[in-house]
Amino acid sequence: MIENVDLALVDWSRAQFALTAMYHWIFVPLTLGLSFIIAIMETIYVRTGKAEWKRLTRFWMTLFGINFAIGVATGIILEFEFGTNWSNYSWFVGDIFGAPLAIEGILAFFLESTFVAVMFFGWNKVNKKFHLTSTWLVAIGANLSALWILVANAWMQNPVGMTFNPETARNEMINFWAVLFNPVAVDKFLHTITSGFLLASMFVLGISSWFLLKKREEWFAKRSILIAAVFGLLSSLTVAFTGDMSARTLADVQPMKFAAFEAHYKGKQNAGLTAFGILKDSDEKIGNKTIKEFIFRIEIPGFLSVMTGGNKDTYVPGITNLVNGDLQGAQILSVIEKMGRGKIARETLNDYKRARMMDDKVQVENILVFMRSKEFMEEYFRYFGYAFLKSPEDAVPDVSIAFYTFHLMVMLGFLFILIFILALIFVFRDTFLKNRWFLWIAMFSIPLAYIASESGWVLAEMGRQPWIIQDLMPVSAAVSQISAGSVMTTFILFAVLFTALLIAEVSIMVKQIKTGPNH
Amino acid sequence: MTTLISYLFLQQYWWIIISFLASLLVFLMFVQGGQSMIFSLPGNDLQKTMIINAMGRKWEFTFTTLVTFGGAFFASFPLFYATSFGGAYWVWMAILFSFIIQAIAYEYRSKPANVLGKKTFDIFLFLNGSLGPLLIGIAVATFFTGSMFSLNYMNQVEWATPWHGLEAIIDGRNLALGLAVLFLTRTNGLLYIINSIEDEDLIRKSGKKLIMNSISFLVFFLFFIILILLSSGFAVNQQTGSVTLEKYKYLYNFIQMPVVSILFLAGVISILYGIGTTLFKGSRKGIWFTGQGTVLAVFSLFLVSGFNGTAFYPSAYDINSSLTIRNASSSLFTLKTMMYISFIIPLVAGYIWYAWKAINKKKITEEEMKEEGHVY
Ligand code: HDD
Ligand code: HEM
Ligand code: HEM
Repeated sequence: MIENVDLALVDWSRAQFALTAMYHWIFVPLTLGLSFIIAIMETIYVRTGKAEWKRLTRFWMTLFGINFAIGVATGIILEFEFGTNWSNYSWFVGDIFGAPLAIEGILAFFLESTFVAVMFFGWNKVNKKFHLTSTWLVAIGANLSALWILVANAWMQNPVGMTFNPETARNEMINFWAVLFNPVAVDKFLHTITSGFLLASMFVLGISSWFLLKKREEWFAKRSILIAAVFGLLSSLTVAFTGDMSARTLADVQPMKFAAFEAHYKGKQNAGLTAFGILKDSDEKIGNKTIKEFIFRIEIPGFLSVMTGGNKDTYVPGITNLVNGDLQGAQILSVIEKMGRGKIARETLNDYKRARMMDDKVQVENILVFMRSKEFMEEYFRYFGYAFLKSPEDAVPDVSIAFYTFHLMVMLGFLFILIFILALIFVFRDTFLKNRWFLWIAMFSIPLAYIASESGWVLAEMGRQPWIIQDLMPVSAAVSQISAGSVMTTFILFAVLFTALLIAEVSIMVKQIKTGPNH
Repeated sequence: MTTLISYLFLQQYWWIIISFLASLLVFLMFVQGGQSMIFSLPGNDLQKTMIINAMGRKWEFTFTTLVTFGGAFFASFPLFYATSFGGAYWVWMAILFSFIIQAIAYEYRSKPANVLGKKTFDIFLFLNGSLGPLLIGIAVATFFTGSMFSLNYMNQVEWATPWHGLEAIIDGRNLALGLAVLFLTRTNGLLYIINSIEDEDLIRKSGKKLIMNSISFLVFFLFFIILILLSSGFAVNQQTGSVTLEKYKYLYNFIQMPVVSILFLAGVISILYGIGTTLFKGSRKGIWFTGQGTVLAVFSLFLVSGFNGTAFYPSAYDINSSLTIRNASSSLFTLKTMMYISFIIPLVAGYIWYAWKAINKKKITEEEMKEEGHVY
């Protein structure tokens, strides 16, 4: 059944997941960051008792509410899509993967939604302290939900804390803490929430700059900029730091993704890091995939080796080595070898099922002993997903996408650091109005933050193709058996509905901004 | 600890939690019930605004309960999640769409420059209000009547009809429960309006509407219950795990689990009492009785569908593919870990209760709609 999957079905299912996730992600980072910015503003209001600060808080809170609603609307689909579109996946790993999703609901979403109600409707009904606490709890709840969903996502990138149970033919959790403190989860959580803080700071900075350009609401705009600049600078530095951490971890757990986003084909010592470059097709191929080469490249010599191993002598395997295997530079098995081992694991499982069906107790016992052995898990089952690959180059993701999304994100990351530094300088010198060029730049940087943020996800998700769970399950084996036409239909429905809602959202948002804090 | 807590205990524990979340969800869908009447109940714009704001302050709870219900089901019975969602694709997609359009409707309907127009968002609320409860009711009914799927040796689902779940709608029993849930949420919606809005005229109108809605609920509900009690159910052989059709299975479940029967009867009586005091005594607290009653009745129905050796998600197509709380659950380890997490639920319920009280302290009135900064 898995062997002859409908490729159109897989592609439509991927497209639908990507569409809904990327729409969801338009709204999520702002929620993550703006909730904290609002909480900081309200804290100042409660401390000083000044009505202006309340007005300021309420203005940003209105924008928060508009964004929040559509974030909720798009989120529910993602959760259910694991079942509707990736049902084989949901069974194969539901024992581990379901838990963080459930915890997210119990621990985080209720916190968010309960206190959001107090935050919006409580101004005249509860006292100041209770209200302030609610606002902080909303921020904490939002970021807690990020924690759990990212734990789930990190597990797909680096499956840990589980073992395969032949009885049920699925993976089962054996160590909850390993799942929670998965190094990928730690990196992802820190990088993702801080990138949300950054984006929200850019949002506040940009909109406040617009007010200054229009010569409106000067007091309000400057206070907002002060908070956004401080929060933004701290976040953008952390983003760069945690991004670097993520990349180092990837070199270890997803070397193929790592090589792909550097377009690093041939393994070597003293490998250089590409600061920027432009790719083109070369004449060489791996299987049917064309190797890319640089037309133009700015290189930081030796840095890639330093990043991965701490010194210049570290050998960094390239895509070619990862496919063909490399027993000299590093102990890397070829994809062909992994495919063979994956097939052995799958055959063993089939033998087991057959023996069970025929009630051959001796055979069942024999196979079980093997399947429960360390050798089976570490030498064979580990490569289970490779059994589904058709040819070795299937293990290579789209190099151009990984390369460009990564470098775009990093460059923008450094640009944002610069912008926040400048903003702080102008705040302290109070010279904004003399530097109108900067206000324009700040305003037009809002979309850039969204671009950087979406790029990050495209890198993380497309860079791990063909895997839905690294090395264990390719997307083609995960998909639900429905007709490609059905998924195409829902894809179109989602695309139309989300686009309509997005247009309404943006239009309402722009109107509220133009109306200003007076209202 | 490990030895004290058996696998079966944990599976039952989690079925109880799932049942509880489901029952809370059905109660909280009074929000949907209210939404389904925004065109027919209010006499003027102000009344409509008040209704929408009464519901709008609570919609997030319902929504989050739905999301948590899904997540908890995934974590505790992943095979159900994979089978039902991946198989009955169109039913779940329809339910999802009806909830997407709700989530933005409140916040956007009365904001300037909302492009789609207030009317569109009100239609969204109406659609969610009517389709949501109806479809969820139909989906839950298949827990008793069965669905058209089979599982292969790797537990992968295949659906036997091209309708992917929509075929459930034409089964009279499923439709009956769908309509019963719809009219129950409308009944609860009316009682909530009577409880929380200060407007003589609106309260009178709601009282009038209550009569037809509660009668419709009772008719469809009794119809469903009687058919289920008289029909065959999906019994699990405790030794072999195989599933067979057994006559009067659900009736026997009620008889063999007297506690559940008592809960069920208490639920139904409480619902009737809530409606009765409102209609005949002019009480405004009816919602508390029907609310509690809804929780008890739905809770016990879920227990009947999964306990006492019953397949909770039966297949009418390939009976041995039916899901039971034993064959569909997570591993012992996961269920146990999740049990520890579930201990936090009372705390969550506690702060929800506290925040709810704080917001509901003041009733919704004409003045309140003018003073309040955040009006939908
Ligand atoms: C880094 C953060 C993050 C990421 C990667 C995701 N989400 Fe999300 N999600 C949030 C952070 C968030 C949030 C900030 O907490 C939201 C956004 C707006 C909101 O209300 O909460 C939210 C809302 C939200 C809701 C509505 C919750 C409610 O009832 O209030 C659901 C069901 C999901 N999400 C589910 C998902 C799933 C299944 C994802 C993975 C594919 C996902 N989210 C990715
Ligand atoms: C909200 C931020 C996210 C964005 C923008 C995002 C983006 C994407 C994109 C672009 C794809 C398509 C990749 C491809 O098919 O080529 C994808 C696939 C997928 N992502 Fe994410 N993702 C996000 C978060 C998550 C999280 C948190 C999870 C898991 C908990 C997740 C699980 C998946 C799954 C199951 C697929 C489908 C299988 C696949 O194509 O790999 N995603 N996502
Ligand atoms: C400044 C230098 C930056 C570096 C070195 C960096 C590095 C990385 C790396 C290596 C990944 C992939 C992680 C994975 O696949 O597991 C990633 C993902 C991501 N990045 Fe960045 N990044 C930087 C800046 C930014 C900026 C400015 C933003 C947004 C404003 C951003 C947002 C994201 C997001 C949302 C993801 C996906 C979530 C994740 O996988 O952690 N990054 N980043």
